[in-house]
Amino acid sequence: MKHGMELAVAALIVIFAAVFLFQDAAIQATLGDGEEAWGGADGEAAGLIEASGYEPWIEPFWEPPSGEIESLLFALQAAIGAVIIGYVFGYWQGNRKAA
Amino acid sequence: MHIMEGFLPSPWWEIWILISLPFVAIGLYQLNKLVQEKRETLPLLAVAGAFVFVLSSLKIPSFNGSCSHPTGTGLGGILFGPCIAAVLGLIVLVFQAVFLAHGGITTLGANVFSMGIAGPAVAYLIYKAGTRAGANTYATVFIAAALADLVTYVVTSVQLALAFPGTAGFFGAFSAFAAVFAVTQVPLAIIEGAVIMLVFKYIVQLKPEILTRLNLLSESTVQKLREAAA
Repeated sequence: MKHGMELAVAALIVIFAAVFLFQDAAIQATLGDGEEAWGGADGEAAGLIEASGYEPWIEPFWEPPSGEIESLLFALQAAIGAVIIGYVFGYWQGNRKAA
Repeated sequence: MHIMEGFLPSPWWEIWILISLPFVAIGLYQLNKLVQEKRETLPLLAVAGAFVFVLSSLKIPSFNGSCSHPTGTGLGGILFGPCIAAVLGLIVLVFQAVFLAHGGITTLGANVFSMGIAGPAVAYLIYKAGTRAGANTYATVFIAAALADLVTYVVTSVQLALAFPGTAGFFGAFSAFAAVFAVTQVPLAIIEGAVIMLVFKYIVQLKPEILTRLNLLSESTVQKLREAAA
């Protein structure tokens, strides 16, 4: 099959998304008002450490002032990467066609 | 796997910086050599770096109610080895520490070690062992990249457990951190392995000569893989 691997990866992602939807439905049902699931694991670990009474000894010197600005910067990071990947693969593809 | 700014007490943050420093130094030396002797591999290096940029910016919901992100450094590890992957990881981690307050400057050493060195080293070794044993190339890439992702988070758990053994001791603390990090990571590691396997297939299709130039695949294997795809 020519696109067998693509199909397998796509199927894997669909299964992953489906499991997420089912689990999310279960989690949402148990959440109270104002509670939010699906936080970051990085933050959870930090919470675990702070619960033991530890205080971070230094703060980041700059933090994105809001969640929107944070997602802007994350999107920018992904976009920079995606442009480079697309450019190089497109360049190789063009070379191959021209050869 | 980001250990946040200030969340490693002295002497741990200094220790991890000292451990990571030689890898980054060797990586810079290897990069320099690559630029001089194998210029034609540079676009692939750009792809490996860009891949870390994309994957590490995606926070993906996992199976237990929290989000985590893939690392993307497995690809760089397979293609260029753990020292160059350490440099790629460092660039991304500095970006995230400075602009996003994600990770931190003082914890950079520990984060570079888990994401840039330990994970890619595992990917590199598995890939080498797999190709030497004559295993299926794509299956090897999948396993190497998935385990690189998972090992990164296991190493982060070790780093935190060493610094914060608490009352439970190292192993108790390790299982607590691993429950947060490594368990969340299992499904993401599988996805990351699958995506990197796909990217590897495209490299084989579009630019196999770079892979032979880097001694990653023999000409005959490339021939076989391309025939199988045609």
